[in-house]
Amino acid sequence: MEPVLRIEDLRVEVRLRDSVVRAVDGVSIHLRANEMLGIVGESGCGKTMTALSVMRMLPPRGRIAGGSIRLAGKELTALTDAEMRHVRGNDVGMIFQDPFTSLNPTMSIGRQIARAARLHRGLSRAEAAERATDLLELVGLPHARQRFDDYPHQCSGGIRQRVMIAMALSREPKVLIADEPTTALDVSIQHQILDLIDDLRQRLGMAVLLVSHDLGVVAGRADRVAVMYAGKVAESGDTDALFAAPRHPYTEALFEALPERAAATRTPLYTIPGMPPGLARPLVGCRFAPRCRYAEERCTVEEPPLAVALDGRRHACFHPVGDPPQPLARPAAGAPQVPTVADDAAAAVPLLSVLGLVKDYPLASGAMLRRREGTVSAVADVTFDVHRGETFGLVGESGCGKTTIGRLIVGLEKPTRGSIELDGEELTTLKGAAYRRARRDIQLMFQDSSTSMDPRMRIAATLREPLAVQRVGNLRERRHRIEELLGKVGLPAAALHRYPHEFSGGQRQLLSFARALTLMPKLVVTDEPVSAMDMSVQAHILNLMRDLQHDLGLTYLFISHDLAVVRYLSDRIGVMYLGKIVEVGPAEEVYRNPAHPYTKGLVDSAPVADPVIERQKLRSGIKGELPSAIDPPSGCRFRTRCEFAQDVCAEVEPPARPFGPGGHVAACHFPLARPAGVTASPAT
Amino acid sequence: MTIRRRPTLRGRDQAAKPEMVSEVDATLTGPPNGQRPEPVSGTWRRFLRHPMALVGLAVIAALVAFSFLGPLVYRTDQVHADLAQSMLPPSADHPLGTTDAGYDVLGRLMVGGQASLAVGFAAALLSVIFGTLYGAVAGYLGGVVDDVMMRVVDAVLSIPPIFVLILLSAIFHPDPTVMIFIIAAFSWLGVARLVRGETLTLRTREFVQQVKMIGGGPVRCVVRHIVPNAVGTIVVKATFEVADSILVLAGLGFLGLGIQPPDTDWGGMLSNGLAYLQNGAWWLIYPPGIAIMLTVVAFNFVGDSLRDTFETRLLRR
Repeated sequence: MEPVLRIEDLRVEVRLRDSVVRAVDGVSIHLRANEMLGIVGESGCGKTMTALSVMRMLPPRGRIAGGSIRLAGKELTALTDAEMRHVRGNDVGMIFQDPFTSLNPTMSIGRQIARAARLHRGLSRAEAAERATDLLELVGLPHARQRFDDYPHQCSGGIRQRVMIAMALSREPKVLIADEPTTALDVSIQHQILDLIDDLRQRLGMAVLLVSHDLGVVAGRADRVAVMYAGKVAESGDTDALFAAPRHPYTEALFEALPERAAATRTPLYTIPGMPPGLARPLVGCRFAPRCRYAEERCTVEEPPLAVALDGRRHACFHPVGDPPQPLARPAAGAPQVPTVADDAAAAVPLLSVLGLVKDYPLASGAMLRRREGTVSAVADVTFDVHRGETFGLVGESGCGKTTIGRLIVGLEKPTRGSIELDGEELTTLKGAAYRRARRDIQLMFQDSSTSMDPRMRIAATLREPLAVQRVGNLRERRHRIEELLGKVGLPAAALHRYPHEFSGGQRQLLSFARALTLMPKLVVTDEPVSAMDMSVQAHILNLMRDLQHDLGLTYLFISHDLAVVRYLSDRIGVMYLGKIVEVGPAEEVYRNPAHPYTKGLVDSAPVADPVIERQKLRSGIKGELPSAIDPPSGCRFRTRCEFAQDVCAEVEPPARPFGPGGHVAACHFPLARPAGVTASPAT
Repeated sequence: MTIRRRPTLRGRDQAAKPEMVSEVDATLTGPPNGQRPEPVSGTWRRFLRHPMALVGLAVIAALVAFSFLGPLVYRTDQVHADLAQSMLPPSADHPLGTTDAGYDVLGRLMVGGQASLAVGFAAALLSVIFGTLYGAVAGYLGGVVDDVMMRVVDAVLSIPPIFVLILLSAIFHPDPTVMIFIIAAFSWLGVARLVRGETLTLRTREFVQQVKMIGGGPVRCVVRHIVPNAVGTIVVKATFEVADSILVLAGLGFLGLGIQPPDTDWGGMLSNGLAYLQNGAWWLIYPPGIAIMLTVVAFNFVGDSLRDTFETRLLRR
């Protein structure tokens, strides 16, 4: 059957001030009707450029330099702009990454969809409104008719992305291009949106091009996958076959860099050495060769073609994985990690002890005379311990209060109530010199390395600053210390004389890790340290954090939305929902035998790079949207989204009950597992 | 106040954005790109890359030299009126003619330039220093202090400045020092607002939070981090402030409320010449007019170039 969309040898160039970047260099892919093709790759690999060229919506200095894009037999590269507008409206729909900026804030969502429908189908005003309502219902918006007049700011990210999908579908396109459609959304919402796209594809018979950096997002839904590297397709094939046995060493390396695959064994993650090549210079040989562990002489001089194997899979490699003989023995994954010291320390006094921590933010209106209009309950009565030498993972969706807890612990916010004890010393009441002294023991590593360092300060001054503030050592000792730390995180001493903007995101995060260690803190709080990173960089940082923890005896409070990362690095996990910790316990125990329905939902929603597991999980996950923290639900805060919720959940706040070994505790009236010491469970 | 922080989402956003310039990064373990560490003068070099900056700087330098060094070479009597020499058109003796009181116009242009430039610079400096302090204190302390301080600014801004300027220069004898204070009294308001806004955003930036977290005090935050990062904005504003002050002084001079004879400034010269416009005395109008225009345009060139230079977003490319 002739594919709906066939891209042949596509070349895209982006002109910069004094160079031309070949962002896409000879990409050929095709998409059949009713098929979903996933394009995966790290940032800068050209996947978004490929998607944008189909719409002919390249950035101002980008242009299609060669190749052909045929949509149902029509050559898109040869169309005039006017004809292209017609194609954009009717044949191809597109969903963008960021639903927060892609809607017009001054127009109600219903009118925006109606306008899109009117523009291309010549409907009357009333017909268009009718159609818009139908579309809102189609994308699963509850009470579509009432919400017709809502403005974008009244909608959550998930709803906005649904509206974007409705708009893209208003003209019933043959092809839907989804460029990172869920990257800005929480996992539970991501799961719902991906299910929706998949569902609509089946019902409307569309072909979908799903672009994502996340292997897990693609795994359960795409029929075929194309892996891109440095502007070229490295490998493509059926999802199942490709995920089961990747052929290209790059694909293999990506899989080995996934924390979820190493979570059970706790082995170091595979890191791809080096960085992707710059695309402004002409490249010789295989583009992955400089970073490839199997590369030999031939790879550096000759470019491997995208060859078709017998089973219909394509890969551009002379030495595909699993194709004997191997030029090199595959290096062992590395020695298993030395078990952490947490077990011995568990009985002793915890390093950090958080008891009944509450943080309310007053909600005020008016400029001069502020009226108090209620409170936002960001953290509500949170209690947990972190033991010496362990990693405690705090996981939850955005708005659950995990970042606030981090900021409370490092002293950037004052708690409303509750106590934070470090080594038996109460931190919340400290003042003056004692307060300043206590700052040495806890350090925070910020999420966004691009804003956490003063852009006008050299790295040396930035790293030295904590020592200077705390008046530790003399100038020479300080210099010695920061050079030593720079070596520990694997950066050359020359880095000291540079400014932050001269480094890549990954390097900056290493620097900010080094800065967090300058004062030799007892506890390092890391707030989403890897969530802005590509997979291979993420693996590098996670490995380093783990190695240094072992070498320096560090204790981490690891805050992240990403369950796979938290599970990989943490000894124990605390799961947060809307300001409360709903479940605490050993990492594997919580992941494998969750007692709280929210934890179960989170585990089910987190995308896993395994098509078999992903497909089983379809239609599971958490329903609905996160309620507001201004007036949180009574009793159990999760009850509004919980399938087991009953009247008692609204009336009585569930107490924390033990559920098994290692201090596994959950707060639920109807848990999924049997509480320890109770004979019969009321649920399931 | 932002209640729902979305740092996570912003971060993941960035991860997925196509980065077009991948050669910016060297390897994770290798040395950072570039051969040498960027010297302190990097900002200066970036500034000089703008052709308009060079033109602006050259014009300003020329005007300063003309006004302050010119009288040493080209000596004229700008104190005693000489009615015998009144209203002469340009000639070999008087390249730009003479005024109604018999002053040489070229020499007068130099003397007037001294007043205009000195008052412009001094008023701008004064207003920027005071405005920066005021704005930084209001922005950093926040809360009620900020509210009260900024409402004061709003109140003063709501008074039409021209009336007050006229009133003040009528009360005081308008010599250059008085003019500096009068002009600065109004121009610091804009600076204060600008710096306060800048401080408000810088205060919440993570590198300032980081200093608080390691136990650093407010002085370190403001002096080491907030002011250096706001300095670009401040310098740009200061440049435009000079141009504005010269214009205000010229405006007051034009109304006859500026510096009083026998001293003068370019605005006063323009005003004086206007009376003889009907007589065809073009040499009284064009020289001060062109001088004012050149100065203002030159400072605006420099300001624009500075703005581009300090735009850190452009640093990356």
